[in-house]
This record gives sequence, C-alpha cells and structure tokens, in this order.
Amino acid sequence: MNAPLTPNDYTAYPDAAGRFGDYGGRYVPETLMPLVHDLDAAYSAAKVDPAFQGELKSFLKHYVGRPSPLYFAERLTKHYGGAKIYLKREELNHTGAHKINNCMGQILLAMKMGKTRIIAETGAGQHGVATATVCARFGLPCVVYMGAVDVERQKANVFRMNLLGAKVEPVTSGSATLKDAMNEALRDWVTNVHDTYYLIGSAAGPHPYPVMVRDFQAVIGIETKQQVLEMEGRLPDALVACVGGGSNAIGLFHPFLNDESVKLFGVEASGDGLDTDRHAAAINGGRPGVLHGNKTYLLQDKDGQINEAHSISAGLDYPGIGPEHSWLHDVGRAKYLTCTDAEALAAFQLLAELEGILPAIESAHALARLPEICAEVGKDGIVVLNLSGRGDKDVETVAAHLGRQI
Amino acid sequence: MTKARIEARFAQLKAENRAAFVPYVMAGDPDAATAAAILKALPAAGADLIEVGFPFSDPMAEGPPIQRAAQRALANGMTLTGVLAAVAQFRKGDDTTPVILMGYANPLIGWGFEAFARDMAASGVDGLIVVDIPPEEADPLADALDAENLSLIRLATPTTDDARLPIVVRRTSGFVYYVSVAGVTGVKEADADIVAPHVARVRAASGLPVAVGFGIKTPERAGAIAKVADAVVVGSALVDEVASALAMNESVTGRVLSKVESLAKAVRSARVESLTV
Repeated sequence: MNAPLTPNDYTAYPDAAGRFGDYGGRYVPETLMPLVHDLDAAYSAAKVDPAFQGELKSFLKHYVGRPSPLYFAERLTKHYGGAKIYLKREELNHTGAHKINNCMGQILLAMKMGKTRIIAETGAGQHGVATATVCARFGLPCVVYMGAVDVERQKANVFRMNLLGAKVEPVTSGSATLKDAMNEALRDWVTNVHDTYYLIGSAAGPHPYPVMVRDFQAVIGIETKQQVLEMEGRLPDALVACVGGGSNAIGLFHPFLNDESVKLFGVEASGDGLDTDRHAAAINGGRPGVLHGNKTYLLQDKDGQINEAHSISAGLDYPGIGPEHSWLHDVGRAKYLTCTDAEALAAFQLLAELEGILPAIESAHALARLPEICAEVGKDGIVVLNLSGRGDKDVETVAAHLGRQI
Repeated sequence: MTKARIEARFAQLKAENRAAFVPYVMAGDPDAATAAAILKALPAAGADLIEVGFPFSDPMAEGPPIQRAAQRALANGMTLTGVLAAVAQFRKGDDTTPVILMGYANPLIGWGFEAFARDMAASGVDGLIVVDIPPEEADPLADALDAENLSLIRLATPTTDDARLPIVVRRTSGFVYYVSVAGVTGVKEADADIVAPHVARVRAASGLPVAVGFGIKTPERAGAIAKVADAVVVGSALVDEVASALAMNESVTGRVLSKVESLAKAVRSARVESLTV
C-alpha cells in the first residue's frame, strides 16, 4: 500500500461520503441507509443554522456549565520538572465528563428531526448517564443498551440512569460488553426506524456520526485555543488525551489540526500490556477493518472476527477507534501512545495527591504519558491535557485494584 | 459459469410457474461435519437455491437465532477458509443448485475482495450478499465480483423508497433480496399482502427475480409469500431447529431437513393451490 498523502488542510475531511482517507464511510444494512442519509442532511442544515447553534450554545452555557476552565497544574508541572502542564477541566461539566457536549447537540437535532424516542449504547455508563440526562431535560423516552457484564460492574450508573427515567437494557449477546451494546442499539434502530433516534456517544459509527460528534466536541478545542492564547499568548506545543472511541481527543485536537507546531498525542489503553491479548489499543494492536458502520483500526483475529477489548477503564474498553484517529495516525499528524492499567492507576493517585483532583480512570491514561511528552517538548514547552471526566465513578474500581476495602 | 447457474435456475422455475425455496444455513453450525451433511442433503429436501451464512462475531442485522448460530459455528472453529471448502465439497455432488454466501464485511476485508472473488469462483460459489456493504460502499467489491462473473446480490428493504431503489439495484445481478420487515432476522413476521406491492416495485426497477426473506418461519407463511415472490428465504427458523435438536439431543440433520421439506412443499404447492381455489 502507498503511504497516504499529507493533506494541505486537515479540516477539509471527511469528504461527502464520510471518508477520512480510507477510513469512515457508511457500512450499515440497507434498512438504515435512508436514515443515515436523512441524518446527514439534517445535521448539515443544523450546522449552518444560527438558530440551532444559538440554542446549543445557550444550553452549553447555562445547563452544562461551559466554558470549562483551563487550569495550570502547578504542582504536577513541578513534579515532572518539564513543560508547563495545563488541564482542560471537562470533568467539571454537568454529569462529570465531556460526554454531555455531544448529547446536548444530538438531542436538539433529534427533536428538530421530529424523533420521539432516543436510544444509546454505553460502556461504563457515562454516555448512558449523559443521554438519560438530556432525555430527562427534554422529556423524551430513553432506552440505554449496556452489556450485562458492565451492568454488573457499574451498578451505581445503572441506578443513576434509572433515576433519570431511562430504561437500561442489559445485553447478553456476544461478550456482553460495549461492542455488543452497540450491536444491540443498531438492531433496535433497524427495528424502530420511524420514530427512533440513535444517539451515538463516540466519534465513531456510520457517517455522519464521526464528523457530527467531533463537531459537537470541538467546543473543547475551540475554548482551549482561546484560553491558552489569553494565558500564555501563544499556542501550546502539545495536546494529549485518552482515546477509546476518541471523542474527547478529537474534540480537543480538531481546532488545532492545521497548527502544525502543535503536537498531538492520543493515548490508548493497553490493559495488561500490548504483548498480551488483554488490551484495548486498536491502533497499536489492531489492523483496519469494518465494524459498527465504519472502516477503522480494530482488534481482530486473523480471520477477521472481532476480539474483545480489555481495560481497567470501561470507557476505553472498545475494540475500535473513531475513523478520524485512524487517518490522523496513518498520515502521521497525531501520535498514538499506550498506557497499561497499572500506569493509569498510578497516575490516578498522583493527580489526586498533587492537585486535589480525582481524574476519571480514562483520563488517567493520558496523565500517565505526561513524563515522556513533557520531556519531548522541553522545559519551555506548554502541554494541554484533556481531563475528560471525573473519577468519583472509579473509586470502587481503584480501591479493588489497590486491594483495599471500602 | 456462475451467474449462469442462478439465471438457469430462475428460468427453470419460471417455466414451472413456481417460486424458489431458498434455505439459509450457517456454515459450520453446529460443527463442520454436520453442516456439510445438511448442505449435501438440501437439494433433495427441496432447496432450489441455497444461502450459506459465513459466521461473524458481531452480526448487527441478525436476531438471536442467527447470532447464536454464528457463535456455535465460531466456537467450533469455522473460518472463511472452511466455508469455501464446504461449498467446494458440495459442488462435487451438485453442479446445478446455486449457492450464495451471506455475511458481513470484516472477514472479507482481511482476505481481500479480489482474492476472495477468485476463491469463491474456484469453490463453486455463485453469488454474495454482504449485509453491511450498502451500494454507496460497494464499488470495490462489485468490481472484484464482476471480474469473476459472480453475482452481487443486494438487499432492498421497506425503507428503500422509489428514489433510492435505482441506487440499490445498480450493479446487482442474479436476483434482488427483499427484506420483508424493518428489523433484524427472525423476529417480526412478514405479511404477504404488504410485501406484494414492494416485490412488484423491486422487480420492475431491477428486471430481476425477487426473493423475500426475514420473518418467514412457517410453511403457511412461506406458501403465502411464494404466491407473490420469485423466491422465499427461510433462515432463523432453520437455525432454530439446530438449536432445538442440540437442546433435545436429537439428530440435527434430521430436524433441519424435515423442516426444509415442509417449507419446500408449501412453496412448491402455493401457486398450484391458488389456481384451484
């Protein structure tokens, strides 16, 4: 295969067919194709509709609590002794993570399209909680598909969704985790085409989901750029974010794609290690294929059967990755590193001790790579890390891994 | 050769004024040897064409019966290589019954479309249905199949409106598969009265025979659909026989073939009955 060409304008992607280079596309059954085209048309109109954008902006400000702060992590910076570290505080959003940015955008779109029933998939439950939240806010019925294994290990989030009025459907098919929840949500959508809107939580799935979710999450990068210019008078040298499906990372990266001086680092979950079969690193440990409506890097065996992912972080426990990340990897614009469960646990504790912030175990994967990244950009450098979620939900998991009873 | 096998079969059925009965069986379900025995016996039990599912770990358009069939097949080691070998073995005893493979994109992507088309042709496969490759994404696959004179069979659905139908039937050959219900396989039930105008619509747009599937479980319903369609596909009800036989410790081959016989009989007699009523 020829190496892909380096584009002149990274923001010109995807093309009309939803392609980022060879990745993305619309690999769904025919029953869904007309719906995917309708969604594309509706989103394209909403994107340039000042009334829609104004309404979204208002809800993001007054309901979600945006803008989120850009915070100089002074003690963490001193600890590593290299570049200045800033944290983009997405964990301070309503519901405690970046997920709500996308949910707010999509629920407004769903209502504009006249849809009356919302479905979603969730792994740890963060996207499920965010979806249940916006459904409660706008009075729409909500069904959340969640792997039976995840329902068991995330009971608090299941109850949270129930409090918000959502119905949680445990999925027992396949490996009973996030990928199976996504299969089941797609099956629901195929069955209920007339009234149902599928609110996908990551920058993955058939076009237009990857571009739409990216655009709704790009508020993270847009704010970051403005904030760092105000505080430092210049662009950062590097951005870093954890990557499961990759919505928080692409939201941070996208407004900086054409700023070539800004290095981009995504961090995949390598679970027990890349050299084991228990990890979730699609780019570092997988190869391109088609799943859940898009072509992208996937964990799979030699026969093209999808492998189960493994990570301490349920939010990164997915065998694929958003197609734009696959493309940014291939063209070399972003670099994808990895972090094991053990490294993430150590980073989780370090941030709690040094900055008084419990990070989501997902975000802790990005934190764990700060030493190398800070060293690479040097003492005068500026690094912005997306603190995509708060860690209160992970306290039990962390305690269990540390062998402590709570 | 291979497109010709499908065309010859539909020409023959047209002359006999009857619809085709098309059983869907999952390759390697519950194991390679049993599945091979079933495949070999299908034409004598009344199959006019055969759809062979190739298993995928994440079949997003399938209901529980076919999901479980795929899991059984994968658990017992079925691979795409094994699927092609099973068809090649079948061809040694049957050179006229068309065989269509049906499944999902990812296993084919690793193989490579050109190589897979060559290997399909060499194994005696006649056509291919890939559930998650819609027309918008199908050109590379269609090119590869064209080069080997194999049929790419498309799915049309209740959501495929008149504006979209020409896109769906472009580059399709052999027949068009009309999915009778908006849903996954084996859950909702097909209604012949509702399906009939759609079959006519798809036939007019494609100039090809139209097979109807998804939601046909009983001989009665198969007979009703056979009056309005050119072919009747039954899948979930057959793989359910595999599951039941395993659960009851009965002969898998016996149960599946017995179901095939009753369904085929209903399809064969459908238009005869309708003439005498």
